[in-house]
Amino acid sequence: MTSLPETTTRKLGLVIDLDTCVGCHACVISCKGWNTENYGAPLSDQDPYGADPVGTFLNRVHSYEVQPDQGAAQLVHFPKSCLHCDDAPCVTVCPTGASYKRVEDGIVLVNESDCIGCGLCAWSCPYGARELDAAEGVMKKCTLCVDRIYNENLPEEDREPACVRTCPAGARHFGDFADPDSNVSKLSAERGGMDLMPEQGTKPVNKYLPPRPKDSWEGEVDVLAPWLEPVAQEPQGFLGWLDKALEKI
Amino acid sequence: MHPAPSVIVFTTLSGLGLGLLFWLGIDPDPSRGWVGFTFFLIAFALTIGGLMASTFHLGRPERALKAFSQWRSSWLSREAWAAVSALVLMGLYGFFLIIFDTHIGILGWLGALACLATVGTTSMIYTQLKTVPRWHHWSTPILFFALSLGGGALLAGKISTAIFLIAVAGCVQAYWFWQGDQRFDEAGSTMGTATGLGDRGKVRAFEPPHTGTNYLLNEFVYVVGRKHGDKLRLIALGLMAVLPLLILLTNPHHLLAIIAALSHLAGVVVARWLFFAQAEHVVGLYYGKR
Ligand code: SF4
Ligand code: SF4
Ligand code: SF4
Repeated sequence: MTSLPETTTRKLGLVIDLDTCVGCHACVISCKGWNTENYGAPLSDQDPYGADPVGTFLNRVHSYEVQPDQGAAQLVHFPKSCLHCDDAPCVTVCPTGASYKRVEDGIVLVNESDCIGCGLCAWSCPYGARELDAAEGVMKKCTLCVDRIYNENLPEEDREPACVRTCPAGARHFGDFADPDSNVSKLSAERGGMDLMPEQGTKPVNKYLPPRPKDSWEGEVDVLAPWLEPVAQEPQGFLGWLDKALEKI
Repeated sequence: MHPAPSVIVFTTLSGLGLGLLFWLGIDPDPSRGWVGFTFFLIAFALTIGGLMASTFHLGRPERALKAFSQWRSSWLSREAWAAVSALVLMGLYGFFLIIFDTHIGILGWLGALACLATVGTTSMIYTQLKTVPRWHHWSTPILFFALSLGGGALLAGKISTAIFLIAVAGCVQAYWFWQGDQRFDEAGSTMGTATGLGDRGKVRAFEPPHTGTNYLLNEFVYVVGRKHGDKLRLIALGLMAVLPLLILLTNPHHLLAIIAALSHLAGVVVARWLFFAQAEHVVGLYYGKR
């Protein structure tokens, strides 16, 4: 069904910490790896070793420079994948019922054997979270690693999305936003987790933690600092003579 | 948005064909025999040709039948139903009219309504998209209706109706073109809201996530035709409305009327190209583009 569920029992999603992300793209690669080898059609590449490589990715990392009115600019690395929106326009536009949002956990998925590759769901997503696979002709998107998180064949610590498992900086967190005591709900509440493009009315589940303000030197000058000024500005004596002599040569 | 030829051909031809079918359907005294046959042939060729073209942009056209399943929620699915109903109803109506010389008025009216419904659902596929502010506006369906009915009247040889409707369509198109330029700003999405970083300073795209292109950039970020936008708009309006109106006002004979129709068709193609090429999708903001 392409109607959205009224509510979902759980709301699984990610918290992405823009303060800690170092922009290493490891999550992009682990996502591509896992999702090419497992659930659904592989994420194909066209001309991968040639001059014009293109390919399907479910997670991409942008980098932005933010220039405040005063002070230094800040670089923010910005991973972006499906936000598993509560009011997902990509689901309701789908003519075939291939796109759906699960009642039990809120994950937005594509049933690839029903998808006709019309692309309309990608048109309706403000975040560019869906890509039509050029080899398979069907729509691909983040599944929140639905084939990992419930997979009892994996060791317990691996039952989270591949990107979260991989992130070396601890910038990605996975959990249930419907539970106010979950790790992600608390983290989002503590750090002011934000929605992307709230004016689009999609009610994203994934939250982004804003970068913390940069620290500064203000008020941190040591009282002993004046005594630590360099003493000799110009070389004296023999070294001074040598310096001048060498300069003349 | 990428102006895919398949979608331009589809919306242009089927819009015209359905408009013609509409006028044939509500005609109290339609032409019969060979003349009637020719009208229906042109109408069906345009409509079916357009619908066939629309399947070319599907990744999996062999599964197209599945698109009939979600009519409760999806405009694209509703369009599929409306188009098939229009073709079946008008096909039956034309069949009885031409072969048995029997005019079943109610069938024609039902078919005409289905034609309107098809044009309406097509326009809603674009109008519903909040992500493309230029399309997300009440004037988009009006534009589609005006062009379809105006062009249809021209093809049906209803000269005075065509003069009125093509003039209206030209005005709506002009309004849609120039008023549409403000809609992206009015919608309020910026790089600041896209990244959530807007209140800390000016956001600039520093490094894209990939060195080459990708599906998103190819499909949604099309900036090629922007430079000549205004000129192309005037060309579109001239061909679609001004020239056909001048010809029609001289009370033309057949040959000139054909020129008026071809000019109108060419104008609508240019306008449809601009409809896509000038439509900015908000996802471009993530790439620092519009
Ligand atoms: S991020 Fe895009 S693809 Fe994902 S649920 Fe929201 S609208 Fe749909
Ligand atoms: S591309 Fe597939 S999933 Fe997306 S709207 Fe079309 S049929 Fe549905
Ligand atoms: S793996 Fe972690 S640190 Fe690296 S880009 Fe992804 S989110 Fe950022």
